[in-house]
Amino acid sequence: MENTIKKRWISLYVENQVGVLSKISGLFSAKSYNLDSLTVGTTEDPTVSRMTIATVSDDETFEQIKKQLNRLVEVIKVIDFTDVFVRMKEILYVKVKKCSREDKAELFQIAETFKARVIDYGRDSLLLEFVQTATKNDAVIKLLKEEFKDIEVVRGGSVGIESISMMER
Amino acid sequence: MRQISGNKLLVKALKEEGVDTLFGYPGACTIDISDELYKQEGIRVILPRHEQALVHAADGYARTTGKVGVCLVTSGPGATNLVTGLATANYDSVPLVCFTGQVARHLIGNDAFQEVDIVGITRSITKYGVTVRNRADLGRIVKEAFYIARTGRPGPVLIDLPKDVMAELGSAEYPKSVNIRGYKPASGVHIGQLKRAVKMLSRAQRPLFLAGGGVVISGAHEIFREVVEKTGVPVVTTIMGRGAVPTDHPLYIGNLGMHGAYASNMAVGECDLLFSIGTRFNDRITGKLHEFAPKAQIVHIDIDTASISRNISVDVPIVADAREALEKINEYVEECGGKKWLKQIEAWKQAHPLRMREHAGLGPKDIIDEINRQFDEAIVVTDVGQHQMFAAQYVEITKKKQMIMSGGLGTMGYGFPAAVGAKLGNPDKPVIMISGDGGMQMNIQEFATAVLEELPLVLCVFNNSYLGMVRQWQKLFYGKRYSMTNLRSGALWRRTNGEQMPEYTPDFVKLAESYGAKGIRVTRREEIAAAFAEAKKNTKTPTLIEFIIDPEEMVYPMIQPGGTLEDMILDC
Repeated sequence: MENTIKKRWISLYVENQVGVLSKISGLFSAKSYNLDSLTVGTTEDPTVSRMTIATVSDDETFEQIKKQLNRLVEVIKVIDFTDVFVRMKEILYVKVKKCSREDKAELFQIAETFKARVIDYGRDSLLLEFVQTATKNDAVIKLLKEEFKDIEVVRGGSVGIESISMMER
Repeated sequence: MRQISGNKLLVKALKEEGVDTLFGYPGACTIDISDELYKQEGIRVILPRHEQALVHAADGYARTTGKVGVCLVTSGPGATNLVTGLATANYDSVPLVCFTGQVARHLIGNDAFQEVDIVGITRSITKYGVTVRNRADLGRIVKEAFYIARTGRPGPVLIDLPKDVMAELGSAEYPKSVNIRGYKPASGVHIGQLKRAVKMLSRAQRPLFLAGGGVVISGAHEIFREVVEKTGVPVVTTIMGRGAVPTDHPLYIGNLGMHGAYASNMAVGECDLLFSIGTRFNDRITGKLHEFAPKAQIVHIDIDTASISRNISVDVPIVADAREALEKINEYVEECGGKKWLKQIEAWKQAHPLRMREHAGLGPKDIIDEINRQFDEAIVVTDVGQHQMFAAQYVEITKKKQMIMSGGLGTMGYGFPAAVGAKLGNPDKPVIMISGDGGMQMNIQEFATAVLEELPLVLCVFNNSYLGMVRQWQKLFYGKRYSMTNLRSGALWRRTNGEQMPEYTPDFVKLAESYGAKGIRVTRREEIAAAFAEAKKNTKTPTLIEFIIDPEEMVYPMIQPGGTLEDMILDC
């Protein structure tokens, strides 16, 4: 049987309690699972939080990850998002510093191409906001790093939800 | 409505859970709970002399009674001393509920005196752990703790109790039922999968049952025996599964794995169907994974989903309680397997039976043979090391016998306190502990508990002045460089070249006597029977029997860590 290594996604319903995040992340470190990104926030029910977890793993390890998560008392539900239709986005802020006038013009063009917004502006700097898939954000960061000397990056990690009718991510 | 303190509610909860014995050690953060326990009757409070021994005692009590073991220790060091015992219980699926004191809520996080984040420290070695942050949640949390500890795959639960929460007045109600949305232990059996497994069993030419600790924990002995006899399929066990069928049963082959019998390991290597129940295929039983049961299809029944297809991939996984599954299996199975296969196994047994080096002196097997002769009914508790493997190989586990040990974590120091707990839970059964001179010294202080509680334990110490199991590895794989394993080495030895040493360090006989227990030293084979007879007569205090044995005794057969059948060392 083929045992492919690839990026996988889990959506996790957990009790909104003290220590749950450390229990989940502790499981990943204790068992040497890769943890690529993890986001968490409360849901419409304030006693429940929902996490979106990305991990790079092979089939067998990923099965174990799901089983181990399911074992935790604080975990209410584990959903495998890897091969289902979901809407998934990540927020990314890039502050580009030490910009020349030409740099700024180029940044506005980049923003337009990537459907980003320029949300703040200074004498020699610019703040961009991207809301798109993590993969596209990776590409944007790579591009900006090549084009500009001094950039500052902060990204939020992906959040995902099952699609209603859309057959794409 | 009448309001009571958290301390009072806790004691009430323990009573409603049917707790009759509590293992506790007091401190500032739990003194109010101690006070409530003083005022009540019905819960027997045992005071071991170290928190680590305390949790092992609760573990021994739980394994031998089937009830939940209950611990109460204070915050800080009291709590951290539980760590090894929690990990031990977690590994071997033992139901415990451990209450730890905690500093008052406003002090948490301030590095207060005797404050530790015990829930954080024990997160990966407990089934569940939580700090009670509101008095209103106390009853529910305690109720859930007992439920989580004893259901599904049992395990230890830790509840951290801040002192101010426990002092607060609140409802006197203790809930009658639990509903935890994230915890629904598996119940029932998937009949389709089960039928598939049974069909494979009946078609197999060389079928083999592998029984692990899960069979013992679920109390499936009788139904398992029925299934084994109905099918005529032979059985191997892990050391935790030993006794799943009586060890004198004609279809029982022996333990498998690193120190398993030759015939067991050969049977696993040659079988075409391995029907395994309640084992997680630990590396000590599989050796090199790719060469484990290479010719077999594998059926795996386990209560814990995460134990299935983790170490080895399985053809038919079944998530179920071992007893429930076996009861169902019993409805479908018929005679299977062939006479040829049983004959082959018999031939392996004859070719290389379990045996030890023969000599005129006092050998470990002589001692265990005498235990087998003298005790029809007994709980045997071992520590960890060579003596444990000797016990796992040679102690006969028949209907009225049970053996417990730290199998998964391999915790030295487990034996003595666990025997204390076992005896407290089973006052009418003889409890025999087997330990080494290393393990015995790790919790030697429990003599005080055993003497004052009037526990007539039979404490066998196999004294070879070495840490024998590590020494065995050093002898076989490290050119006899006995680094750190000689329990008689030190500056005195180096200065006087071994002369002017005290005769014994410690003198176990005198040590036992100093606590008010009886001590007997046995140096010759002829003295063994009399020593046990003497111990049986001593009905109010423990009897320590120190057996002076040769450090050259080795546990055979042996498969090197990560090895295969070809690497089996059989020599005695």
